[in-house]
Amino acid sequence: MVVSDRITPEAVAKVAKLARLSLSDAQLDQATHQLSDMLDHFADIDALDLDGVEPMTHPTPIANVMREDIEMDCLDRDEVLAVAPAAEDGRFRVPPIVGLED
Amino acid sequence: MSDEFPTSAMDIAWNVRNNVTSAADVLERHLSTIDEREGDIHAFNLVLADEARTRAAEIDEAVSVGRDPGPLAGVPIALKDNMCTRGIPTTCSSKILDGWRPPYDATVVTKLRDAGAVVIGKTNLDEFAMGSSTENSAFGATRNPHDTTRVPGGSSGGSAAAVAAGFAAVSLGSDTGGSIRQPAALCGVVGVKPTYGAVSRYGLVAFASSLDQIGPFAHDVGDAALVLEAISGHDAMDSTSIRQGPLDISRQLMMGVAGLRVGRITDLPEGASPDVAARLEEAFDALRNAGAEIVDVDVPAFGYGLTAYYLIAPAEASSNLARYDGVRFGHRVEAPDTNAMYMATRTDGFGAEVKRRIMLGTYALSAGYYDAYYGRALKVRRRIAADFAAAYEQADVLLTPASPTVAFHLGDKTSDPMSMYLCDTYTIPSNLTGDPGMSVPFGTGDDGLPVGVQVLAPALQEARMFRTAAELERSAPR
Repeated sequence: MVVSDRITPEAVAKVAKLARLSLSDAQLDQATHQLSDMLDHFADIDALDLDGVEPMTHPTPIANVMREDIEMDCLDRDEVLAVAPAAEDGRFRVPPIVGLED
Repeated sequence: MSDEFPTSAMDIAWNVRNNVTSAADVLERHLSTIDEREGDIHAFNLVLADEARTRAAEIDEAVSVGRDPGPLAGVPIALKDNMCTRGIPTTCSSKILDGWRPPYDATVVTKLRDAGAVVIGKTNLDEFAMGSSTENSAFGATRNPHDTTRVPGGSSGGSAAAVAAGFAAVSLGSDTGGSIRQPAALCGVVGVKPTYGAVSRYGLVAFASSLDQIGPFAHDVGDAALVLEAISGHDAMDSTSIRQGPLDISRQLMMGVAGLRVGRITDLPEGASPDVAARLEEAFDALRNAGAEIVDVDVPAFGYGLTAYYLIAPAEASSNLARYDGVRFGHRVEAPDTNAMYMATRTDGFGAEVKRRIMLGTYALSAGYYDAYYGRALKVRRRIAADFAAAYEQADVLLTPASPTVAFHLGDKTSDPMSMYLCDTYTIPSNLTGDPGMSVPFGTGDDGLPVGVQVLAPALQEARMFRTAAELERSAPR
């Protein structure tokens, strides 16, 4: 198999960090090869002339869907918190947010 | 009605509504089939025997007091395990949703209940619907009922296998790039991806929000129509839901195809194996013999669908799956601070394919690469939609293979992600455009395994798509 170098291990490591995933060295190596292989395949659209083509983000042309401003039932708070990993005093409980990061 | 015990959804509902058969009897027959073969197939993440028995008793009680339970009265239905069921585990076949019980029902679940259906279980899938073989499940692979050494396709492989094995009369799957149509083809059942926005996505765990759509699996085209009519229609809880009533399909099913223009795509991407290509030719012949006109159409950008899809879908997924951080639901790995907790939870909770797609999507959206990847992919998507719109000026429906091959063996494609992605070549474009597509069984291919032919139609033209599929069903080689 031809090893492509469309993406560097450094770039993959940065992407993994942005996505909050940690990779072992072996996983980083494998991910780099697999992503390079995919990007090679996806290079088929490089040759297309797409100037002036409007990007299509969605199949249906709808925007700003509104509803009447009326009171509606919402999810039961106890039921939601009952399936949370940790809850306290009617709220989700998490570890400290600041002070312990590198 | 025949004397035989009803197996189709239509016959079951007729018999139950008219007090000929009880919903309880129908359910017990299906539960005993599950007992016999589920150990070999593994279609389900969870069989809801107790809940289903309670529900079936309610249906029978309604009938006994003269109330009509609805068009799906007593019909056992299996749900892909990415559809929320209140108080009942919904896992997406991922460790990261371990232990989660949704605090609400998906709209399709509510609609099925209102129609009298009996939910019999939650089916296995590729984790978060990412895959084409149902091998990427945290709970193990599902096997094809036609040959248990082979995959059922994916990602809705559990739902396809459940119908093919007789575990449920019908089932629901979700289709983001072919995840209903490809497993339907591989398991020899009917599978439908409706028009984007025709069925509410409220309560469907999001993979790629601009592509995801829920649809039915069934033994035959008529049952698929019955289920789709029951689950479609506007829902205020889904802002992308189309503002119109349920789809109207069944009444036109038997209209035939006389005068219908059926398009053959001249520049269809290569890759279909000879057995599948031969069945497709026979399908064109069958429709011609039934009075349809076969016309050649060009869809030049068809072949670029795979690239557009595998940049857009992971991009949307990387955003949608950011919510799995150990804070509000599912799995958490404890750590001294939140950032470390996010990292540890996601690293432990997601499987390899999901991580791969999250990284690919994050890359496609990241500064410096956005225009080259995600931005260009969106332009290609527009080009594909324009090409299909032009083709539908000349043809009413289009015919392609649903899957390039019959069911492959377990493990054949797991080490090479790209080879797995190529399974979706023929199904992807309709997710990008939002148009409907369905796979209908049409004879067999290599090793006697089922082949599916795909019928494509313009947005909201399900009725003519189903008419074509019904004709193929009538004329399929046996």
